[in-house]
Amino acid sequence: MHSFGYRANALLTFALTILALMCAIASFSDNLNHPSPAAQVQVLNINWFQKQPNGNDEVSMTLNISADLQSLFTWNTKQVSMTLNISADLQSLFTWNTKQISLWDGIIPAKENAKFWIHTSNKYRFIDQGSNLRGKEFNLTLHWHVMPKTGKMFANKVVMSGYRLPEEYR
Amino acid sequence: MGWIGDTVDSVKSIQIRQLLTQAVSLGMIVTSALIIWKALMCITGSESPVVVVLSGSMEPGFKRGDILFLHMSKDPIRAGEIVVFNVDGREIPIVHRVIKVHEREDTGEVDVLTKGDNNYGDDRLLYAQGQLWLQRHHIMGRAVGFLPYVGWVTIIMTEKPIIKVGFRILTGP
Repeated sequence: MHSFGYRANALLTFALTILALMCAIASFSDNLNHPSPAAQVQVLNINWFQKQPNGNDEVSMTLNISADLQSLFTWNTKQVSMTLNISADLQSLFTWNTKQISLWDGIIPAKENAKFWIHTSNKYRFIDQGSNLRGKEFNLTLHWHVMPKTGKMFANKVVMSGYRLPEEYR
Repeated sequence: MGWIGDTVDSVKSIQIRQLLTQAVSLGMIVTSALIIWKALMCITGSESPVVVVLSGSMEPGFKRGDILFLHMSKDPIRAGEIVVFNVDGREIPIVHRVIKVHEREDTGEVDVLTKGDNNYGDDRLLYAQGQLWLQRHHIMGRAVGFLPYVGWVTIIMTEKPIIKVGFRILTGP
């Protein structure tokens, strides 16, 4: 009954239970953090806006993104990934085929890097399916996904509205 | 003569009893694992609620050997989310981030494009020949939970058969 195998088994089971419990507590402790992140995006310039030969609209723009996501970091945070999406405004939702496109994304590895600003053109191409983007309003949404060292992942966003595409191709 | 026979009988009965106990506890382990798996399938709505990350294409977020918990809900898929999808003709599901979502107004069908955080380009090269977009039925779920290193157990078991045999011998009755 008290052989080596039994004792090793009991010890292993106990160790794994404690480890699982610690992981659960670490994940739960994230709920105690109430973050207050802030972000701002400016569209500085529409670099080009044209209709491709196959009939799809393509837009290139220059963006200025500034954000302070320091409050998202806790001791259980491995990294925070951000995605800046362009999406249709509610009124034009039914005339615009494209629901969401990532314009830019990035990964913040540590709290020290979480306050930043960046001046960039869109990292991924913004191509609609169809050619009805002229004069359309759009929203920019900055999503962030908190990847924990262990446990539940968190996500949230800020929506910035009131942007408009030009009426003419350029 | 009498007490020797008694001893032999008692030893035999203990062995049979031990053997039965072992068989029952083994059965308990197998069935409880099955119950947990099926319950997770019901709760998460995903046909495989737990996946092991096999490649480094999502580093530094997810490394090889990490475990992801999936959830499949009716919510629309949004750009920026991490999804697990199955491509036709490939057995192993892939974990990547969504970068584009298009939706047809009339049918409500979605076209989704994905990319690995650690990859330079998008995933069109990984999709089936001539496939440009993922549809809803390709997607198995979105990642909601994360547990590091635990998946190494299954990776070692599947990729090093000798250890698997050794493990069987160690844990076998």
